[in-house]
Amino acid sequence: MNFDFSDDQKMLRTTAREFLEEHAPLSVCRAVLESDTPCSDTLWRGAAQLGWLGTAIPEEYGGAGLGHLELAVIAEEIGRALAPIPFSSSVYLATEAIVLDGTDAQKKQYLPRLSSGEAIGTFAHAERPGRQGPSSVSATLSAGRLSGTKMPVLDGDVAHFAVVTARTEHGLSLVLADLTGPGVKRRPLHSLDPSRSMAVLEFDNAPATVLGPEGRGWERAQALLDRAAVLMAFEQLGGAQRAFEITREYTMGRYAFGRPVASFQALKHRMADLYVEIELARSNAYYGAWALSNASPDLPTAACGCRITATDAFDLASREIVQMHGGVGFTWEYDCHLFYRRAKLLGTILGSADQWRERLIELLAATAPDTSHPAAQPYA
Amino acid sequence: MDFNDTAEETKFRAEARAWLEANAERLKPGDAAAVMSERGGSEVIVTAKQWQAKKADAGWACMTWPTEYGGRGASAIQAVIWHQEESRFRTPPNIFAIGQGMLGPTIMAHGTDEQKKRYLRPMLRGEEIWCQLFSEPSAGSDLGGLRTTAVRDGDDWVINGQKIWTTGAQYSQWGMILTRTDPTRPKHAGITYFIIDMKSPGIEIRPIKQINGGAVFNEVFFTDVRISDKNRVGAVGEGWRGAITTLMNERLSIGGGAGGPEFADLMRLARETDWNGRPALDDPAVRQRLARFYVRGKGLQYTGYRTLTALSRGAIPGPEGSIGKLVGAVLKQDMASFAMDVLGPAGAVTEPGIAPEEAAWQETYMGIPGLRIAGGTDEILRNIIAERILMLPPDVRLDKDVPFKDIPTGPRNA
Ligand SMILES: Cc1cc2nc3c(=O)[nH]c(=O)nc-3n(C[C@H](O)[C@H](O)[C@H](O)COP(=O)(O)OP(=O)(O)OC[C@H]3O[C@@H](n4cnc5c(N)ncnc54)[C@H](O)[C@@H]3O)c2cc1C
Repeated sequence: MNFDFSDDQKMLRTTAREFLEEHAPLSVCRAVLESDTPCSDTLWRGAAQLGWLGTAIPEEYGGAGLGHLELAVIAEEIGRALAPIPFSSSVYLATEAIVLDGTDAQKKQYLPRLSSGEAIGTFAHAERPGRQGPSSVSATLSAGRLSGTKMPVLDGDVAHFAVVTARTEHGLSLVLADLTGPGVKRRPLHSLDPSRSMAVLEFDNAPATVLGPEGRGWERAQALLDRAAVLMAFEQLGGAQRAFEITREYTMGRYAFGRPVASFQALKHRMADLYVEIELARSNAYYGAWALSNASPDLPTAACGCRITATDAFDLASREIVQMHGGVGFTWEYDCHLFYRRAKLLGTILGSADQWRERLIELLAATAPDTSHPAAQPYA
Repeated sequence: MDFNDTAEETKFRAEARAWLEANAERLKPGDAAAVMSERGGSEVIVTAKQWQAKKADAGWACMTWPTEYGGRGASAIQAVIWHQEESRFRTPPNIFAIGQGMLGPTIMAHGTDEQKKRYLRPMLRGEEIWCQLFSEPSAGSDLGGLRTTAVRDGDDWVINGQKIWTTGAQYSQWGMILTRTDPTRPKHAGITYFIIDMKSPGIEIRPIKQINGGAVFNEVFFTDVRISDKNRVGAVGEGWRGAITTLMNERLSIGGGAGGPEFADLMRLARETDWNGRPALDDPAVRQRLARFYVRGKGLQYTGYRTLTALSRGAIPGPEGSIGKLVGAVLKQDMASFAMDVLGPAGAVTEPGIAPEEAAWQETYMGIPGLRIAGGTDEILRNIIAERILMLPPDVRLDKDVPFKDIPTGPRNA
């Protein structure tokens, strides 16, 4: 057993972190948040130049031909930086959908441009408030024309195309729609986290083509969400870890009653608990990354484990960073709210932790009672 | 990253499994309880000793110990593989854990050559059982506050005082005891560590009845008990160093798992228990709780794998081991409590013949509070994580440089 990233992967982490520390300090996230621009173009170009966008795209389609472990490493760093770029939409969702289900022609058409950053993709799934299920999709594709409304779509106003869930005569399917062509109207939405953009997309007889097996759209969407959940878990983990580090630093330097507030046991114990939650989430994320890169049959349950624990850990870290900063934690000027916003955005966009808990038990209930060997007891 | 056994590990696992198949009986679902409740009685000690000797003869005892003490110098991963395999079989409770897991390593680190030679091999073979005489009525979490005294008298030391919560004192041959040898020094500087024969004159052992009805731990009283200076472990006044070694190993040895029923048993209970005509497993609230337990358990398991990976690359075990006990014990307590809720009013029934899983959940519920206290309470473990991993400022210590005799105490300690 070897449950750690390799030296090469760790090197990749170091370079990614160095790049982001230089080019994406939190002021970059804040700048996007405070302006009308939907994302940072410079950062996007930088990510493209470093080859990050094509990390898991095969070389024959213009990618780096590395794998999902490498992508996980980068995702964690993107998460640490709260990078204001459409990385998750384009890389974990649109790119993965095409790698997974695209025909050779579709791959040739999209992947090289996704890899170079020339094209940005997204996944348009939800249509209205509430939990998404197979029957919440009413967009339709008929005779190559897509109609319906998708809301909200993360990065929907910067993306060039979208993978869309829609009904065809064969049932729920995934389709590819150009967002820059005729029949598409889009409007940016005000959101909780304006460092990432959101939009409502209206399709009115917009040209679109089927992606993957027609009529099996729910299953394919779920497969896609599982993959994205693993990768996004690393982004959430990075965010949680950074919030934790900033909190630690602040409480060590802030004095009250003649001592650093970090010396009060109430805070120390909560810091210990937060550390534990992050470590458990990290361990689940590692397992998910392994399952993803080995195409393990465990991927669906592993994805649930990643999604649930990473969402909960980032949620906790983002509340604690505000609380443990006291009054300044509630100011616009301090960075605490950037984490508080991002944690909730990422925590809802692929479905809530509760929703993934439900899915997890559905999966476990469907398999035969567990007879595998008991949990490892590393020290016993 | 690779979860599968290497070729070598596969071979080792097969070897372990083959030996177990030939020498023990496989555990069936629902057996966990039966094994747990066998703990205690004298016939258990006999079977436990037989099992330990058998393992020792075949090279499966204290595998990570150096060969000179009877171990096989195995890697941490091999030890885990062994424990994974052994835990699928019905085996007696490990009443040797305190000795082998905690006191053995202390003797290896701080003992004399003579002590190593005399004590380690019988400890490994399960011929002699050990207990840990650390806690006192006024010194638990604050172990350095202990008051049992050892006074030098020629080649001997004379011990007076009281220990408490001593697991297994009633059936142990040997104890490791912390004593105060100099009350004029600050508290940690005046402590000396000894090996003591539990059959010595002047030792009185009184069992203490626990909240679960058992009586595994005891009060131990010392009245003019004499021990030879040869039984001193480490230098006079430096017993705290040995104590730290013991405690580090204690957290590691109990970090691994709380034992008893597992998630799969809880899942089975939710499938099989009827809630108004449907399986409890169909209820959304039940599903949410189960999912939380599952991901927490997995997180813990994979955290163990990460630690193992680090160990296999030469890292030394650190305070990270605290996570296992802190998270594992509370998780098991929550799971047990929930299992009983799933059963409805019958959850309170503790008769093995009636309660599902032979009342394993009820037994776990009553036993687990002890695990949250023994070997460092949840609060002490959080302090360790905060101060030793996260390097947050230490707690304010009012008694730090004060001579022990001048430290103020509460009414209970007077
Ligand atoms: C089942 C069992 C078996 C045991 N076996 C043995 C054994 O074999 N040998 C042995 O020597 N001992 C043994 N013990 C004793 C055990 O180590 C102590 O009970 C434990 O360390 C707690 O000490 P205490 O009981 O004095 O509680 P106290 O220290 O009095 O704690 C009371 C409460 O105060 C909290 N507290 C104390 N200090 C702090 C602090 N600094 N910060 C925050 N909170 C604090 C504690 O967490 C606890 O909640 C055993 C205990 C149990 C329950």
